[in-house]
Formats: sequence, C-alpha cells, structure tokens
Amino acid sequence: MEHEIVTFLLGSILSFAIFMYVLLDGFDLGVGILFPFVTTNEHRKTMVAAIVPVWDGNETWLVLGAATLYGAFPVAYSTILPTVYMPIIIMLAALVFRGISFEFMAHSKKTLRLWQSFFCMGSAVATFCQGLILGTFVHGYSANTLATSTAYHWLTPFNITTGIAVMCGYALLGSTWMLRKTEGVLQEKMYSFAKATAILVFLFMVVITLWTPQVDINIVTRWFSIPNIYLLMPLPLLTLVCFAWLWRQLNSRVEKTPFYLSMLIFLFAYVGLAMSVWPFIIPHIVTVWQAAAPLNSQLFILCGLLVLVPVLCIYTAYAYHVFRGKTNAEEDHY
Amino acid sequence: MDTLSVLLSRAQMAVTLTMHIIWPSINIGLALFLCVMEGIWLKTKNPLYLRICQFWMRIFALAFGMGVVSGVVMSYELGTNFGLFTNAIGQVLGPLFVYEVLTAFFVEAGFLGIMLFGWNRVSPKMHFFATFMVMFGTFVSAFWIMSANSWMQFPTGTHLADGQFAVDSWLAAIFNPTFLHRFLHMVFASYLTSTFFIAGICAWYLLKKRNLDVAKTCFSFVMWAALLFTPLQMLVGDDVGLIVHKYQPLKTAAMEGVWDTQKAAPLVLFAWPDAKQEKNLFSISIPYGASLLNTHQLQGELIGLKSVPAADRPFVVPTFFGFRIMVGIGVLFLLVGIFGAWFRYKKTLYDHPWFLRACVLMTPFGVIATLAGWYTAETGRQPWVVYNFLRTADGASRLAAEQVGVSLSIFSLVYLLAISFFLYYFLEAVKKGPLVEETTEEKTMPPIIGYMHTQGE
Repeated sequence: MEHEIVTFLLGSILSFAIFMYVLLDGFDLGVGILFPFVTTNEHRKTMVAAIVPVWDGNETWLVLGAATLYGAFPVAYSTILPTVYMPIIIMLAALVFRGISFEFMAHSKKTLRLWQSFFCMGSAVATFCQGLILGTFVHGYSANTLATSTAYHWLTPFNITTGIAVMCGYALLGSTWMLRKTEGVLQEKMYSFAKATAILVFLFMVVITLWTPQVDINIVTRWFSIPNIYLLMPLPLLTLVCFAWLWRQLNSRVEKTPFYLSMLIFLFAYVGLAMSVWPFIIPHIVTVWQAAAPLNSQLFILCGLLVLVPVLCIYTAYAYHVFRGKTNAEEDHY
Repeated sequence: MDTLSVLLSRAQMAVTLTMHIIWPSINIGLALFLCVMEGIWLKTKNPLYLRICQFWMRIFALAFGMGVVSGVVMSYELGTNFGLFTNAIGQVLGPLFVYEVLTAFFVEAGFLGIMLFGWNRVSPKMHFFATFMVMFGTFVSAFWIMSANSWMQFPTGTHLADGQFAVDSWLAAIFNPTFLHRFLHMVFASYLTSTFFIAGICAWYLLKKRNLDVAKTCFSFVMWAALLFTPLQMLVGDDVGLIVHKYQPLKTAAMEGVWDTQKAAPLVLFAWPDAKQEKNLFSISIPYGASLLNTHQLQGELIGLKSVPAADRPFVVPTFFGFRIMVGIGVLFLLVGIFGAWFRYKKTLYDHPWFLRACVLMTPFGVIATLAGWYTAETGRQPWVVYNFLRTADGASRLAAEQVGVSLSIFSLVYLLAISFFLYYFLEAVKKGPLVEETTEEKTMPPIIGYMHTQGE
C-alpha cells in the first residue's frame, strides 16, 4: 500500500515534469517552427531574443523527465528507449543543432542565415520526433515490438499524423507566447499565426480522436463505459470551450490570455491521454506498479523531488519574472 | 549477441562522453573565475573587472551551450544504447541522476539566463548571486557525476539480487571509498584546464600588445592559480593512484605496463605495450619507480596483467598512453607555474615572448590532460562497466547494427561540425577581445550593449 502511494506520487511528478517540458520547451520550439513564415531579420532577432534567456531551463525539464523515469521506473526507461531508438536519436541530434544555433546566431554575421535555418530545422525535426514518440506510445506495444527494436514500427501513418499535430501545437504555443513579447507588425503576424495554428490543432485533435479507436480499441471501451463517460466527458467539452474562447480573444487582440488558453488546451489533451493509457507506463505491457523501482529507491527520489521541485519552480518563475514584458532585441541579446 | 552492434554502441558512447567532458572541464573552473572577478568588481567597483567578467562570460556561454546539448544527448543515450546496463543499475544510478538534475542542472539553467542577459534587469548584487549559483551548479554537477562514476568503479553499499543492484545504504553508495579523491581530482583538473585556457588567451593578447589591462590582470591571476593548483593536483593525483592500485590493481597494471606480477616494478617512461605478445616493446624504464609511485614502497608488489585471462584485461594501449599524456602535461603545468612565480619575483612576468608563446601553445593542454585522464580511468576499468559485476558488452541494448551505425555517423558528423564552429566563433570572440575601455563617459549601463555598438555588430 505504502509502495503504491509512493509510486502514484512519483508517477504524478513524472507526468508533471513531462507536461512542464511540453509547455515550456513547446513554446520555444514553436517559435523556431514559425521561422520560415517570418522573413524580416529584425523580426527574427526579436523572436530569438524572446526565448534565449529561458530555453536552456526549459530543456532541462526534458532531462528531469528522463531522470525521473529512470529513477522511479527503471524498467520503463530501459525498455521504452531502445524501441524508439531512431526518433530519439534524431530528436537529440536536432536539439544539438538547435542548441548550438542559439549561440552561433549571436556571434555570426555572414553565416547568420545558415544558423537561422539550422535553428528552424532543428526545432521542427525535434518536435516532429516527439510527435512520433507520442504516436508510438498511444499505439501501444506488443511483446513483438519489444523483442525486435529493429522494426520501424514508429514510422506509421498514425505516428506521422501525431508528429505533424505536435508541430502545430507547439507553433500555437510559440505564437501565443510571442503575442506577449512583441508589438506592431510582428505582433499582428503572430495573431494570424495563432489563429491558423489554432484551427489546425483543432482539426488534428478531431482526426486523432476519431483515429485512435482504430489503433487501440481499449481506449474506446474506457471512454464510453458507464460511469467513465460522465467523468471524462468534461474534458472534450472544456477543450471546446477553450478553443472558442481563444478564438474570441485572438479576434479582439488580447495579448496575454491566448497563451494561457493554449496551455489549457494542452493540459486537457494531456490529461485525456493519461486517462486513456493509465495504469500502463508501457501501454498493454507494463503497468506503473510493475515498472516501479523498490520502495527504498523511490523514497530517496521522492524526498528530493518533493523538496526541490517547488524550490526550482520558484527560481524558474523568478527568471521568467526578470525577463517579463516586451522583448527588445537590441537590449537583451548580446 | 550481435557484437557489431555492441561495438558500435560502445564507440558511440565513447564519442559522446569525449565530446561532453570537454565543456564541463572548461566551465567548472571558468565559472569560479567569473565569480571571483565579479566579486572583486562588486567590492572595488573598478570597471576593469566588469569588462573582464563580460568578456569571459561570452566565452563561457559558448562553451556552456555545447555542454548542455551534449549532456542532454548523454542522458538519453545511456538508455537507448545501454538498456541492460541502465536496467541493472537503475535503482542506484537513477536516484543519483535525479539529484543531479534537481541540484545542479536546474540551478545552472535557471540562473544562466540572468547571468548572461540580466545585466540590465537585476541589481549588481542579484547578478553576482546568479553568477555564484551558476558556479555552484557546475560544482554540484561534478559531485554527482563523480559519485555515480566512482560507484561504477567500485560498487559499495549495494547488493546484486535477480540481476538488479539494490541499495543497502545510500551513504555508502554515494560516498564510496574512491569518491572523494576522484571528485577532488576532477575539480582540480577543471580548475587547471580553465587556468591554462585563460592563460593562453591572455598570453596571446600580451604578445599582440592588445587589451593589455585585461590581459595582464587575468594572466597574473591565473599564474597564481597555476602555482597553487598544479602541486595540489599532483598530491591528489598521487592519492588517486594509491586508491586505484588498492581497488583496481589491473588498471594500475595497464597504466604502468606491468605484465607479470612483480615486486619492485620499474617505472616505464616509454614503451609500446603489445597486447598480443603480452610484453612491452621499446621500453625505457626507471627501476623501482612504478612500485614506489603506486604503493609508496620500493618493494611494493604490483599485480600483472597476465594474472587474469586476456578477456578480463583492460585496453592496455589507451590506458597506458592516456596516463602518460596526463602526467606529462601535469609536469609542464608545474614548470609554467614555477617560471611564472620566478618571473613575477623578477617583475618580468609579461616580458618573455618565449614564455608567452609556450602559454599560447598550451591553451588546450588542460582539456587534453583531462581527456587523457578520463581515457585512463574508463579504458582501464574495462571490460567491466560495473567493476567486477557487469561487463560493458553485457550491458548494451540489443539493437540492430545498422541503426547504431547510422546514429554513430549522425553524432560524429554533428559533433565534428559543432566543434569546428565552436572553434571558429571562439577564435572570432578572442580576436574581437574584451570591450575597449570607454574614455568619453562613465557608463552605468552594461557594457555588453556598448560593446555591440563599438564593434559595429
């Protein structure tokens, strides 16, 4: 019993870390994805300057996700990662390119364009790979896919769709984040990006919702059985409300709320996903209870997480507070 | 077992680790240097120190970016390529890894933004605090990594049950007997790496007669550091040698090129250790030397490599030469420290072109020595990944060789490009140099902005 409570808590913290990663690195990856649609150099500089002080901290949530998964559910870590070998490797290589582009964009003049395109491609490819991994995860595993990680089971039409969907989602986060950071022409551009991506995200959510029963029938029985249907129905309804509200806010040129609403849309989708796969950590194969590390290890991790995650949230919030307000490319970017 | 896949995974891990350790070894020391310089600025308000800070922060940011991206890769590659290893030691390594992320990575990342871009947005004291926290984060990061690595070199506080290492005592696992010595050895290695990194760049300015105020202040500072840290590092290194001999005698055998178990083993200065013939070719050696160094006794006994079957022996060549390169560079550092002190005493510290040229040449020597040391430690403990418990080959994921081949090619290419461009931009930044002192007006605004305008960027 005690072990189950600890496992549940760690599972929640793990979900929290992954969600924080999706939100935070989501918006800075999204800014990179929007690069091809912004051609003015000044505007591009502003976009980079709006994320450069925080991207590094955002990416650290990815490492925390890996570490918590590893520490609390070692079986899952060492089983899942080899099965999505290529998407992870390509994602990492893309993140490397993107990371060094941040520094090199600041230092280069002649090759600025080159680094800008690396930055954009890195963001897009890393995001697409995260979507592929998400798709593989929703798809679920069979004993077969676990045994042969050679198979290209991560490259299916469904996964490619989730890949593109995540790209649109991050672009939505990115454009709504930029609303808060920009003014004038660029901000107007961001309003139109936010609208376009909001429509795309909505369409992809519908498509994926309709498609998921085809790939995993268990999810349907979970959602449409009584009493689950009454408990779970608020999620899609709330998502709809958020979309409608977001649309109105964008039309009336409100700067701040669109970002919060995009985050809420992500939250509802995320909770919906968690409801669909729970209690599996490797869908169909291993539950969180089976993957859990022994109590002794888990308690040691839990102590650290319970004390330090709030602390790091505080100083992360402080860093965001320091860099609040409109971005001035000249001022903040060296 | 697909041995080609395992071989490629090991090669990929070696490439990734090599790429990664370069940056922390520059940055742990550089962060301390920045912290001291900013502290002096806060105390004296002398703008010279602010210019020093802001110049080196640019270099720090470049290297830090490389460290972050190569570190993220590592945290996943352990799972993708060494799934069976990470599974077996998950209960031990996982928590240490979580603590490292919580107490080091987040601290660094959270305050790095403020340190690099916050000059205009926070008070000088708050900025100093941010710099301090970045320094603290890099230091703590080294603590956890050395703890995890030391546990793998000599597992304590755990027992093996059903193919999994279970922890009996966290204290014993974290503070295992080899940890403290190796931690200090790494921290001092990083301090020396940054010392000679800074010294080389300043020596170049001195030779070119550019940025003399910044160059002289920094050069003088790091010459003190060289004089202090090189002998300290040698003492700590000697201690690590004893520890290695105590817990991993076969690593000592590979380091010293000892094939047959013997007392009064000679110190081999140069040789080619031939694993096939099981002996040293072209050997030049000093009697008693190796026994004296590793046991502190003339008649001390060293275990020979031939005491175990060939399959249980470490890779002799990289261990043997890695050790020699590391020690050789250490001796050079000591000489620089001594000459520096002598020239300072003579008040001619900046006036000897040959000495300055030597320093320029030695700019990357700290990195090379640190890498050589790590090669000694890591190839010398093969074939084990958890010493005497788990073989590296048995810890590898069962992946298709072509997949690992592709990923190894991708990473090699990406890293090669990244390092080339780093060097290019690093040299550009050095050429530009620190902000030229402003004579027209005393500016309270951060010189980084002024810097942009004066350099016409």
